[in-house]
Amino acid sequence: MPDLRPDPEALLRQAEADGRGRLKVFLGYAPGVGKSFRLFDEGRRRHERGEDVVVGAVALELNADLQRVVQQLGAVPMLEAGGRRAVAVDAVLARHPAVCLVDDLARDNPAQATRPKRYQDVAALIDAGISVLTSINLEEIDEQQPFIEQLFGRRSAETVPQSFIDSADEIVVVDAPEDPSPLGEIAGSDAQAIALAALRERALLLAADAVQRQLDDYLRANRVDASWGTQERILVCMTPRANAAAMLASGRRNADRFHGELFAVYVNQPNLTAEDRSALARNVMLARAQHADVSILDGHDPIAAILEFARQRNVTQLYVGHNLRRTWQTRVTGSLLDRLIRRAEGLDVRVFPH
Amino acid sequence: MLKASTSASSRIDAVSDPARGRLTIFLGYAAGVGKTFQMLTLARDLQQRGIDVVVGYFEPHARPETMALAEGLETIPRKTIPYRGRLFEEMDAEAILARHPTVAVVDEFPHTNVPGSARSKRWEDVSVLLDAGIDVLTTMNVQHVESLNDEIWQSTGVRVRETVPDWIVKQADEVVLVDLTPQALLNRLERGVVYAPDRAQKALQHFFRESTLGALRELAMRQTALAVRSRVENQVQRVDRVDRVDQVGQVDQVGPVERVAPERLLLLVAADASSAALIRRGRRVADYLHAECAAVYVAKTPEMSELPRADRQSLERQLTFARRLRIETRVLVGSDVALTLVSFARVYQATQIFVSREERGGLRMMLGRGLIQRIVSLAPDMQVTIVANRGVRRRAVSS
Repeated sequence: MPDLRPDPEALLRQAEADGRGRLKVFLGYAPGVGKSFRLFDEGRRRHERGEDVVVGAVALELNADLQRVVQQLGAVPMLEAGGRRAVAVDAVLARHPAVCLVDDLARDNPAQATRPKRYQDVAALIDAGISVLTSINLEEIDEQQPFIEQLFGRRSAETVPQSFIDSADEIVVVDAPEDPSPLGEIAGSDAQAIALAALRERALLLAADAVQRQLDDYLRANRVDASWGTQERILVCMTPRANAAAMLASGRRNADRFHGELFAVYVNQPNLTAEDRSALARNVMLARAQHADVSILDGHDPIAAILEFARQRNVTQLYVGHNLRRTWQTRVTGSLLDRLIRRAEGLDVRVFPH
Repeated sequence: MLKASTSASSRIDAVSDPARGRLTIFLGYAAGVGKTFQMLTLARDLQQRGIDVVVGYFEPHARPETMALAEGLETIPRKTIPYRGRLFEEMDAEAILARHPTVAVVDEFPHTNVPGSARSKRWEDVSVLLDAGIDVLTTMNVQHVESLNDEIWQSTGVRVRETVPDWIVKQADEVVLVDLTPQALLNRLERGVVYAPDRAQKALQHFFRESTLGALRELAMRQTALAVRSRVENQVQRVDRVDRVDQVGQVDQVGPVERVAPERLLLLVAADASSAALIRRGRRVADYLHAECAAVYVAKTPEMSELPRADRQSLERQLTFARRLRIETRVLVGSDVALTLVSFARVYQATQIFVSREERGGLRMMLGRGLIQRIVSLAPDMQVTIVANRGVRRRAVSS
């Protein structure tokens, strides 16, 4: 098979050329997993390799190791007012390092600051061409608050919008055992352990989705078309008589189990009866109710239309209905199912009889 | 640290045999992401807390910072094994057993031992240590998980040879993701941190491409998330059991762990090689669904006279492979494949049937005979899935 993959450096060059700094986020699932350590450790390594690195924000309490690193790198003193601290953006801009380390991204700034949130200061640094390494916990992402409330009965006071995290050039997961002792002797309730695990799972999946998006962008930018994403994507093919409710319910359940996505399509054909059309309209409503991404396809060859859609969306599983009564047509030409199975070679095809 | 709003009165101890050691796997997606470094960091941390830690095996190719971490730890000498006129060094499991530390650090879980060793795989050595009650910290990359073999091949074009069966990985008490961005990894590689320069160039051209690394990294994240969820679900089940006894837990309120009716998967295996992909996919789906999984072959006669000798051997290989992935296997006898399969599926209480695309005689033949149609009409209450041929999805855009 010929190798179609492009030069991996292409994207890097492209990103470096536009004059903006790069944003790198260290994402943890709970306090204490070691985000600050990873952040400052990378700062130290870069400094040792000759990059101009300064510290823009640190947590109030640092352990001895981190204090040493901060001293070695040099910090731009933070602004302080009313018990809150902020990155001294103007001072950092004047100093204009290549890289600025900003720990604890989710903090709010003092009331009189130019920008109310620390992440907005980070955006200003990036715009000015300074790269930023920063850290955040899953519980500090705005869109995660309903989930956090479900787990802990309260929301986080200071948060960052998901879109800002998504704008990062790189996201690194800082993972650690929930129970740092392999002996399992540290006390903690089961409910707490379960809540921590739920946070951890969420953080890992959030990062996996980000990686997948970046991969898709990369492949698109380099004109490679292939199924590289490893997320399961289910496509439900609706026909007027298919048991769409069962297919969609199963699709939703499986998409959730696999942490995947659910799509639903039907192919618009000229010979549909009014009855068929109203059945399809009902199915579309059912699909929306299951939060499927619904599309209506056109094409003389319904199988080709479905498979083209599946290919574009990197679908991995196709759900199709199958009429158990064999008609004279299917006996002569083979059923739609046969033809679909034959041509859908790279997909799992799941059959739902009706 | 956030505290959970609900609380159960006590923590329940290890899932399985409490006397067995705990297994922690540091999971990465490529050489050089820092698995060994992170493992040794934890080992040092444990040592400082007064826990008896030894290094059972650790690759001597390590970088200076990693070597420095290992220096303060007691190392069990490796065993030298002669093979074909050369000397090979392997982990000395017996020496570790004799020393009997609380925790042993064992690098490179998927490693295959040189012939002549007591056990052929390092993960088998590790099992011996765990059985003796020794906790083990180990490292591996996601591409070595057996059931991911086809997905890895599909998304990277790399066929990984040394694999670890999923049930072994599932026994881990903890799977910890070791993450590094591909950009940082590529930088490390270029600076010669991971490999010597000539090897680095080769690696850059093959395995270490940004897109390949991105796909593997995503898989490692999803695999770790799956491990976390599986463990939570086990824990919820245990809590449920305890709740029925002393009625103290309120874990139901935690919410995000759903409970669904158990699924049971039945795989229809054939003598050809495409069945391996069917078995891996079945294993993977079963893991996600927490389902039981069995594989059957339907023979025309008890002597399998329909199969030439070579095919019989091929079939035996498929069934052995399934058993290695902890899938129960059966050979059924019946002249009507669909009827025999579905009858067994009813006894087995299968909810899903998986069949391969390429059966002997090709898919056309199978469709022509209407096997899939027959299975579907005999088992309208089960879901029938025709499993993809996962080698065909990579292709170019005509632009």
